[in-house]
Amino acid sequence: MSKLVLKNVAKRYGAFEAVADFSLELAQGEFVSLLGPSGCGKTTTLRMIAGFMPPSGGTIEMDGKQISSASGVVPPEHRRMSMIFQSYAIWPNMTVGENVGFGLQIRKLSRAEIDRRVDKILDVVQMRNLKGRYPAELSGGQQQRVALARAIVVEPEVLLLDEPLSNLDANLREEMRFEIRRLHDEFRITTVYVTHDQSEAMVTSDRIVVMNKGKIEQIDAPHVLYGRPKSRFVAGFIGRTNFVEGALQGSDVRFDGFGAPASALEGASGGGKLLYSLRPQAIGLSTQKPGGSGLAIEAEIVDRSYLGEYWDYQVRPQGGTKPLRVSTAPTAVFEVGSRVWLEIAPSAMVRVE
Amino acid sequence: MSVTAPAIDAIPVRAVRTSRFDPSWLLWIAIIAVLLFLVVSPFVYLVITSFQTERTGDFTLSNYATAYGRARYVEALFNSLKLGAVSALLAGVFAVPLAWAVARTNMPGRGLTRMLVLATFITPPYTGAVAWILLAGPNAGWLNRFYMMATGAEAGPFNIYSFTGLAVVIALYSFPYIFIFTTAALELVSSEMEDAANILGAGPWRTMRKVTLPLALPAILGGMIICFLEAIALFGSPAMIAIPARFNVVTTQLFQFFGNPVRVEVAAAYAMPLLGVTILLVLVQRLIVRRKGFVALTGKGGERRPILLGRWRWVVFGYAMFVAALAVFLPYIFLIQSAFAKAWGRGFALDNITWANFHFILFEHATAAQSVINSFVYGGISATVAVFLTLGVAYIVARRLIPFGGVLGFLCVAPFVIPGVVLAIGFYAAYAPPPLALYGTALIMILAFTTRFLPVGYVNASAAINSLNPEMEEAVRVLGGSRLTALRRVVAPLLKRNMMGAWLLIFIPATRELSAAIFLYGPNTKVASVMIFDMSEEGNFERLAALALVLQVLTLPLLWIGQKALGRDFMLRRNVT
Repeated sequence: MSKLVLKNVAKRYGAFEAVADFSLELAQGEFVSLLGPSGCGKTTTLRMIAGFMPPSGGTIEMDGKQISSASGVVPPEHRRMSMIFQSYAIWPNMTVGENVGFGLQIRKLSRAEIDRRVDKILDVVQMRNLKGRYPAELSGGQQQRVALARAIVVEPEVLLLDEPLSNLDANLREEMRFEIRRLHDEFRITTVYVTHDQSEAMVTSDRIVVMNKGKIEQIDAPHVLYGRPKSRFVAGFIGRTNFVEGALQGSDVRFDGFGAPASALEGASGGGKLLYSLRPQAIGLSTQKPGGSGLAIEAEIVDRSYLGEYWDYQVRPQGGTKPLRVSTAPTAVFEVGSRVWLEIAPSAMVRVE
Repeated sequence: MSVTAPAIDAIPVRAVRTSRFDPSWLLWIAIIAVLLFLVVSPFVYLVITSFQTERTGDFTLSNYATAYGRARYVEALFNSLKLGAVSALLAGVFAVPLAWAVARTNMPGRGLTRMLVLATFITPPYTGAVAWILLAGPNAGWLNRFYMMATGAEAGPFNIYSFTGLAVVIALYSFPYIFIFTTAALELVSSEMEDAANILGAGPWRTMRKVTLPLALPAILGGMIICFLEAIALFGSPAMIAIPARFNVVTTQLFQFFGNPVRVEVAAAYAMPLLGVTILLVLVQRLIVRRKGFVALTGKGGERRPILLGRWRWVVFGYAMFVAALAVFLPYIFLIQSAFAKAWGRGFALDNITWANFHFILFEHATAAQSVINSFVYGGISATVAVFLTLGVAYIVARRLIPFGGVLGFLCVAPFVIPGVVLAIGFYAAYAPPPLALYGTALIMILAFTTRFLPVGYVNASAAINSLNPEMEEAVRVLGGSRLTALRRVVAPLLKRNMMGAWLLIFIPATRELSAAIFLYGPNTKVASVMIFDMSEEGNFERLAALALVLQVLTLPLLWIGQKALGRDFMLRRNVT
């Protein structure tokens, strides 16, 4: 049985639809991210799951019992969930130990038992030595760990995270991503994670829900999302990509400056415009005409940038107007203006709407 | 190697249930009831009573006919307006140079000046008025005596018992409002704006006139309006000075309608213009202060450097000390002299010094000591009720817990536009008759004080709550605590400081309140301010001065606590008003 089920959940403010027709099922122990630009409705969805907001339509069920609908909501304090907030919401009037022990106190555990569990979880997040400190004396990363410990120690049915890393600096953010995944692997708490940062979502999640303007664009595992985006929005939002537009001409599809046999491309049918996403990493670049099975296209380097981890080239196919972005290893050096060959596997071209 | 999951036994969990009833609703309903009782009902009764015939309660317009039927009643209205205007202008003359010097220049003694403004601020206007009677009474006043001594003239030039005298005294004790507004505004004017004028060739004076002051103008006007309102609503100083000078203002006229026999219906009708003018001007004040376009007052303001005044700084300092002398030094010197004198007119002779006045008011007088205790008890209870009430309302409004919560917030700030005397008449009309028959009880005093100071409490409470991230409370709830748990364990501890500050900001003025108290006190509920007023009518200035000083001295420790906990300027910040 699914742990958490959202059925056609909607949130409307007057005529504005913050979230529309949102349906999602989470298995026990699954880690799902809600990913999208700001204002896409992801935080609203999370707050509806937490019970801070009633949905305008649809239902939310946990363990088969309805906990939210337009007509009634189980208040947050009775949902046995935990949440980690964007601001961490560490209570400055309590020590680290008191913060972490708070939920256990509410659950009326004995003092000794609370102490034992608090110590244990503080060990897990490596904060045991700071138990008696007040939050004002902690760094951002340490406060983050306290928030994690406080949320996990109560063994929630569902753990909710609302952009928990957005207030940290870049290095710490990367470290904490792995920390969050590690804690999930350890405790296997069903988790919903809201973020606008694609790499955060990809590192932590079993599945990612990409949202845009209140609607679900695609739900898939990270590698599927990257490799097989279903919409133009997803392809553009997850990683960098080239959008190429073509039209069917006989048995070929003609693109800007090159063509491909329709039989080798997915979804190459119909009379209208055909839009494909082509990742910069999926294009090969060489001075010799490649001999493989892919398309070989003669082209010219028009611009380039060096980013340390890779080269970012702008390459225009001969007879084409717009250049394509191509990423290569830092060792593959081509001068601007030089003639090159592009190699594209037709299977790497993903049809998007 | 992987980290093994700690073996933790399952935590007993509560059953999931859909609860539609939130017990906190009861609290909200109680708050609404209290606000209706404190704010709405006195106001409604005030209006209704003004249209009622005495005893029968039939509808009538005769109260208005009586209230405005005589030339001298109408004249008192105009006297009040004139008094308000002159006092506000004078207060501006006192306050603006000081505010500019303290906020923007390198004048020496800026901290001292701030302290002296604070000392002015915590001096009740009626205490100031008494001191000025000692200073500028027509013959025996000290300033006149010094003048006669110095010039050998037959009489001195000063007469406190005049329109000008009253206006000066009121201005001297209301200018801190303008000072507070203006320093707050000037502290937001960035030096870069002044630099821009300098680099285009304007000298410091021209820059001040053309750039700095215009930017602070809305704040100055806003402060002057507050002074105007303060002046027309004041009871103590006019009663002590205007009545002997044989002219009336609205408040003294209201007091006479309230004398024997009490004509509350006529008083209610007569209070309407005062209420109307106040409401109108408060709206104007809000418009002026909040007007956009003065970017300097809304932004952060950037870096600020003091303007170097050169030799002029001593001139400016001299002016600051001149104002301080009028408001603090001279009044307190002669209040103290009087409090320790057998007869104040005999001056500073050693054989004129005595403790008898203090002994008298503290141990011999039938009600003087009790009146001080009453002031502190009523003030303390009112401050406590107001702080918790406004905190509750501010919380409801900020967290949008009920629809139309804004109405509650409005009710909390509404008493700001009701002058103390008018409020007292409303309370009298609403709660003096049966069934409650509260007239003369401690309760009606406490309720009236609470209502009077709700706006101060609310402004503070809502600023404090808005500084709290709601996620702090959501974290409590998601971990299983109720909203009340969140309030008790997180909100209340975090707001302790702010609540204490608000408490002091209400308590200190509540212990001096006169305009409402004078209409509502009974034989057993006299407060210190009323006691001082009575003594002034008896002309007993030595004992009066002793009592006034006792009241001031008792305030000092509170002030000290407030400054320790909340910063030196806690009483001089914008949200004081």
